[in-house]
Amino acid sequence: MHGVAGISAENLEGATVRPVPATKIIARDVNVYYGDKHALKAVDVDIPDRSVTSFIGPSGCGKSTFLRCINRMNDTISICRVTGKIEIDGRDIYDKTLDVVQLRARIGMVFQKPNPFPKSIYENVAYAPRLHGMARNKAELDALVEASLEKAGLWNEVKDRLTDSGTGLSGGQQQRLCIARAISVNPDVILMDEPCSALDPIATARIEQLIDSLRQHFCIVIVTHSMQQAARVSQRTAFFHLGTLVEEGPTTDIFTSPKDQRTQDYITGRFG
Amino acid sequence: MTQHTVTSFDEDLKALDDMVMTMSRSVIRQHSDCSELMGARDATLAGRIVDGDRAIDDLQAAIEEKAIQVIAKRQPLAVDLRTVIATLKMATDLERIGDLVKNNAKRMLASSGQSQLPPGAANLALLNDRVGEQLKRMLEAFEQRDDTLAKEVWMRDVEIDTLQTSLFRELLTYMMEDPRNIGYCTHLLFCARNLERIGDHATNIAEQVHYIVTGTNMPVDRSKG
Repeated sequence: MHGVAGISAENLEGATVRPVPATKIIARDVNVYYGDKHALKAVDVDIPDRSVTSFIGPSGCGKSTFLRCINRMNDTISICRVTGKIEIDGRDIYDKTLDVVQLRARIGMVFQKPNPFPKSIYENVAYAPRLHGMARNKAELDALVEASLEKAGLWNEVKDRLTDSGTGLSGGQQQRLCIARAISVNPDVILMDEPCSALDPIATARIEQLIDSLRQHFCIVIVTHSMQQAARVSQRTAFFHLGTLVEEGPTTDIFTSPKDQRTQDYITGRFG
Repeated sequence: MTQHTVTSFDEDLKALDDMVMTMSRSVIRQHSDCSELMGARDATLAGRIVDGDRAIDDLQAAIEEKAIQVIAKRQPLAVDLRTVIATLKMATDLERIGDLVKNNAKRMLASSGQSQLPPGAANLALLNDRVGEQLKRMLEAFEQRDDTLAKEVWMRDVEIDTLQTSLFRELLTYMMEDPRNIGYCTHLLFCARNLERIGDHATNIAEQVHYIVTGTNMPVDRSKG
């Protein structure tokens, strides 16, 4: 069972039970090797749809490696070898018949350092939908760009300067532009690798607010170094250590009563 | 448990711990002094107990302030979070125990001065001793983070309740026998009730120790074994 059928706290008398989100991603016995180095060991995890799952753990623990398995970005590393199974919506993404380009179109990714294309704000968002033929004409493309920027909470700030360069925006705005770019192709999954590390607290709060609203529609997986951020934004948390998935469960349980001593030592700052 | 990488975090938690220990020991000392009042009239001792309660109230305020600082500064998680929250609740229970002991001291003074020991006093002293033992167990359970001892405190509270109930019946019979008994028996009734309440607060503290150690709450029903 994934997630918890929650009772609406505001309305206990006529309690509304929120449905348990379906499983979006299933990983079984996933191992990753960089040459002879066994970087990720026998990872088994189910990631639910329409919620946020955070990966936490010390540097080098394998959380970003596992994140990159989900959109097969590790394929671009020549010495990297992945074994095991990862399914999205029941389809094995390492199936040899699968088009990896199409896979990556279904999975958006946002990186630690905002990386907008050196193009206009409009082009940053329109590029992928145009490439995938998602709009029949300019009007539809305009509407799609507006909707993506609106969902990313950026539209009001940029609607009068869509032809300005994307790289001219502030750090927080650039990151929201990258999120708009990621959601413009209506992906199934959004991967975020420390999306707020380079941002100030106010920009971070706006991204977290955005993540809160996006999770109504997308499966989101976020790697973060901030325990407090993981506690704030995610519904489930997975703790990685030395290439192993040590513990995974509801975020509130992980941060109030973790089962594994290693998890407790890490989140309370007793590591090292 | 290993130390925090930032050692000042350990110092903060130890400071909170020490304050709870100090408050517990003060409460136990107050209770022990109050026990002496059951033997003989001593206005000075009673006055000291009443004044001594102020320091216990001050400690509760200090613990609250420190706990809030730790939460703001450290954003504690897991066992640290449970400890800080439990400490806040324990300070409230300890403060209430202090008040109940102070009230008993006043009642003991008001009801004493008899030429012979009033009936029911022996069993009140027994109840008082049992509660004293519970308080010591509760302190040790917290100091050692001993869940087994915490459970023992929790289980033994039923003995306190049983003793109080039988003392209540005993005192009723004395009052029915002779109306001249009503005055001091009423004082003893209130004392017995206060002692039973002290037992409940000790149980609350034991439940907090269990929560710190296990992250779960004690079951609602006290089953034997």
